[in-house]
Amino acid sequence: MTETLPGAAIPNPLDEAAITAAVDQAIAAIAGASTLDELKAVRLAHTGEKAPLSLVNREIGALPKDQKAAAGKLMGSSRGRVNKALAERTAELEAENDARILVEETVDVTAAPRRRRAGARHPLSTLQDRVADIFVGMGWEIAEGPEVESEWFNFDALNFKPDHPAREMQDTFFVEPPEAHLLMRTHTSPVQVRSMLEREVPIYVLCPGKVFRTDELDATHTPVFHQFEGLAIDRKLSMADLRGTLEHFARQMFGDEAQIRLRPNYFPFTEPSAELDIFHPGAKGGPRWIEWGGCGMVNPNVLRAAGIDPDIYSGFAFGMGIERTLMFRNEVGDMRDMIEGDVRFSEHFGMEI
Amino acid sequence: MRIPLSWLREFAQVPAGATAEDVMAELVKVGFEEEAVHRPTDALKGPIVVGQVLSLVKEPQTNGKTINWCQVRVVPEGQEQSLTGKGIDPSGVQGIICGAHNFVEGDKVVVTLPGAVLPGDFHISARKTYGHLSAGMIASVRELGIGEDHDGILVLSRIGLDPEIGTDAMELLGLCDEAAEINVTPDRGYAFSIRGVAREYAHATGTSFTDPASKVTAPAALTGGYGVKINDDAPIYGKPGCDRFVARTVRGVDATRPTPAWMSSRLRLAGIRSISLPVDISNYVMLELGQPLHFYDQDKLSGDIVVRRAVAGEKLTTLDGKERSLDTEDLLITDDSGPIGVAGVMGGASTEVSDATSTVLIEAAHFEEVSIARSRRRHKLPSEASKRFERGVDWQVANIAAQRAVDLLVELAGGIADEAGTDVGTAPDAVTIALPAGFAAERIGIDFTEEQIVTSLEDLGAVVEKADAGWTVSAPSWRNDLETKEDLSEEIARLVGYDQIPATLPVAPPGRGLTRVQQQRRRLIQALADAGLTEVLAYPFVSKAANDTFGVAEAGASRTAVKLANPISEEHGYLRTSVLPGLIEVAKRNHSRGFRDLALFEAGLVFLPDGTVGTASIPPLGVRPSDEVLDALYDGVPDQPLHVAAVLTGHDSPAAAGHTPRAWDWADALDIARLAGDVLGVEIVVTQGHHQAFHPGRAAQLSLRTGEVVGYAGELHPKLLAASDMPARSVALEINADALFEAAADVIVARHISTFPVATQDVALVVPQDIPADDVLAALREGAGELLEDVALFDVYAGKGIEEGKKSLAFGLRFRANDRTLTADEASAARESAVAVAAERFGAVQR
Repeated sequence: MTETLPGAAIPNPLDEAAITAAVDQAIAAIAGASTLDELKAVRLAHTGEKAPLSLVNREIGALPKDQKAAAGKLMGSSRGRVNKALAERTAELEAENDARILVEETVDVTAAPRRRRAGARHPLSTLQDRVADIFVGMGWEIAEGPEVESEWFNFDALNFKPDHPAREMQDTFFVEPPEAHLLMRTHTSPVQVRSMLEREVPIYVLCPGKVFRTDELDATHTPVFHQFEGLAIDRKLSMADLRGTLEHFARQMFGDEAQIRLRPNYFPFTEPSAELDIFHPGAKGGPRWIEWGGCGMVNPNVLRAAGIDPDIYSGFAFGMGIERTLMFRNEVGDMRDMIEGDVRFSEHFGMEI
Repeated sequence: MRIPLSWLREFAQVPAGATAEDVMAELVKVGFEEEAVHRPTDALKGPIVVGQVLSLVKEPQTNGKTINWCQVRVVPEGQEQSLTGKGIDPSGVQGIICGAHNFVEGDKVVVTLPGAVLPGDFHISARKTYGHLSAGMIASVRELGIGEDHDGILVLSRIGLDPEIGTDAMELLGLCDEAAEINVTPDRGYAFSIRGVAREYAHATGTSFTDPASKVTAPAALTGGYGVKINDDAPIYGKPGCDRFVARTVRGVDATRPTPAWMSSRLRLAGIRSISLPVDISNYVMLELGQPLHFYDQDKLSGDIVVRRAVAGEKLTTLDGKERSLDTEDLLITDDSGPIGVAGVMGGASTEVSDATSTVLIEAAHFEEVSIARSRRRHKLPSEASKRFERGVDWQVANIAAQRAVDLLVELAGGIADEAGTDVGTAPDAVTIALPAGFAAERIGIDFTEEQIVTSLEDLGAVVEKADAGWTVSAPSWRNDLETKEDLSEEIARLVGYDQIPATLPVAPPGRGLTRVQQQRRRLIQALADAGLTEVLAYPFVSKAANDTFGVAEAGASRTAVKLANPISEEHGYLRTSVLPGLIEVAKRNHSRGFRDLALFEAGLVFLPDGTVGTASIPPLGVRPSDEVLDALYDGVPDQPLHVAAVLTGHDSPAAAGHTPRAWDWADALDIARLAGDVLGVEIVVTQGHHQAFHPGRAAQLSLRTGEVVGYAGELHPKLLAASDMPARSVALEINADALFEAAADVIVARHISTFPVATQDVALVVPQDIPADDVLAALREGAGELLEDVALFDVYAGKGIEEGKKSLAFGLRFRANDRTLTADEASAARESAVAVAAERFGAVQR
């Protein structure tokens, strides 16, 4: 790098042609610089202290007074042209440089590692929340209760006679010693009884939770499963209100196309009682009716057990299995997938169902 | 209950072409769920015809067996064979090889001709065997799917048949009939009979019904028969165990006569095996009328029959050959010899009807439901009889059923009926129900017409009388389930059709939404999932050892836990006191399936009995118990707080190009525990802890500010991990979530946000190794006073430059005032007073 152009004579400050030539020479050099480093060298050579234009500029002071103005003007415009060219080229080269760095920083976005573990809810738990939300939206309350329960709440209060077959050890887990009348609740209905005892009528509660029966685990049975049961007690409730409530709920769960069907059935705690079927348009293997749960009008003995006068109030109740709902809604083929805790099962659902 | 269609057709208007599926589709409308179809022709195809063995040549074989080379006529002599096909001989005589030897020339047999298909997808064709072309098969009952006997082929004369040659054997043997199997709910005992189902079929289709009971002519009164006394001195719930006993005698019975094919085929379709003619008759009548019968060999009885409760120590050998010790609650049939039957459950061996029986005593009795159910359960003797008695049998039908059995014994077994008979007992009070007008409409939501109500009830067999403000309804004798106006409403709705019920949506009063605890629980579970953990739901059944390890901090202590009286497996016979054992099981299951990097959590109840367990008695149904009794029930239920627990094994994320996963460590367990506190707005105080399930040096006790211990977190004990085949350095935590929910503030009071500049100061303190960093931090916070906005530990150092047995803790302190910009001197002064407290408390020295 040199500070002066070799062999360049210092032109006369009034020699317009020579100065123009120096300027053109500088501009050409500026345009020829292809990197910021080269441009820096060009800048020193053509605008540095020993550059011809700088040296000429110094000569102005020695000129006669009447020539100073003209020379100054010439020099000013000449140096202005050079500086402008420099600034423009600098901006160009800087932009090029920035763009090159960005290109060089290119990565393969498809090779990005996953650094955060995606957590997951168990779909039974998510579905339970979804069901609860629908009923909360209807103004119902959500009630919960203990899983180990007094036999009275689980059976007697629900009008199960002392010799009802469901009370046998082959169906119900009893706590040792059996004389203490404690068991693992076989349905969430004891929560309904507790709700009736604790609340004032009208009562509209949904009771979701875990229940227990002495079934061995297989593809369609599990000793521990989940239910949600609804209970409404008010003046003059009828089976039409039950149907309307279930229909509304079914449509929230399965879409506007969903239909329900009631078939006569028997439960000790309801009279009349019905089996609830749902028409599932999206069922695997084609649209069809699927057994969903049981329901009916609360048996007067159940109201009496909770101190509610059946001559003034009536009520309806219904109950469905959450596992069963998940099985046909989400096409879960094997009960064990919901029980075993294989992370692939929950993680496939993530936070959704 | 299985309903052979031919039987149903006798009493109901079943269309000629209707299948079992069609019948079930009707019955489901009135509440009988479809179970299955039993149709022999699904597995059996003709041509299967009656043949006569013309000749039979015994041909000994080299393998030691002797086979019969038979010529069998399958078309009446002089007629042409109308069947065609490969292997069908136009002469009407088939050559057939048969290995059985229980028949002779002239016997009529069942021939399955080439082209026939037998159960098991067994195709019959003409084939070369033993040097002959065998064109068909002479069938055994087992090959036809109608019996177990495989000792020989079916010789028709032995089942009382002498049909014409060429007759369609499938029709002859009732194999073209089919049965619909329906589920009968426990309240409808009457539907365990053709009589009950035929009536329901009529309800479902709106067609007519003939009561099978009306086809039997029974004497209005019976006297002078076998002596029977009912002597129940210990009725259950005050109800006599037996309130009717009809006994009839038929003499000169030939018990060895074959059961006619029409009867055995109906029994078979109904799911009952043919045993002998008398037994088959008793079952047939039971299926038709719903009245279980018992037949005694009258010559084996000694003295009067007495129906009574058992005496302690009595024993009885039942029909199945087992000796049973009787309970004083068992209702027995006895004679002078002692017990001869458990009433309504199973008869005794000593008076059983056998081939030699000539005088049959028929018992048609009415037993009380609970008494029968208890005996059945006690002796584990489910029988067709007990199934019906437990659910209720028509009191009125006993005499009619006995007569029907008498008639069949006379007709089919050649017996002669005694005119005398026995009928003792007292009819129960008739049930009358007041049904107020409008009640059914109000309860069901259908505006029933008066006619709909009256017709429906009358169709059931009820007697309906107009009363002041409605009707008085007398329930039919076979409907012991009808007791209340609600029961009648169901029947009216059922017969009119549940599909007629409209839909109205009741409006609940404005609600409260989710309770605070419900919201807290959701937030906690969601936060853990959002933090990357996977929720699982394990069973609450654990071993005693698991509770003693995870449920109590001190080793060697025994955890009080709920024990199940009838667990699925003895190994998991207790309810969990900690959520961790279940999570560890789930973690191991995932490991075995190839997943080693896990972060699992569960929120679930644990069962913590203390003191009172349950109640010695429980109040009766249908009445609200007193407050004291209710309180006792509530108090007897063990505490069941919600615990949340997590187990972390392996690494925090999958390894990948450009990413090195981090192994989970004890601090992650603490971090998650603190996160649980943070999302609920509850401060969790961490102190060095001890719990036998955790590494002794890497366990934290988690507490609330109040000092209440709410859980543990840290590395699981290496020995426990090794013993349970878990990866080393697995970490875990468990917190009583209910305690956190309760500790959360109802209202969070806002803090003033100062916008004055911050002044930060760092301080490094040398303290003895065993001083917890958190304690030093607390001392700094205390000493720094109000100006301190935040303090955080940013470095821990021990080693070169630090005295042996000591460590250097570096803290960053952030000061700020609410009302002014702090000067450097003010900040320094605050820092010095912070250090002074740490120095005084722990001998901390500034580096």
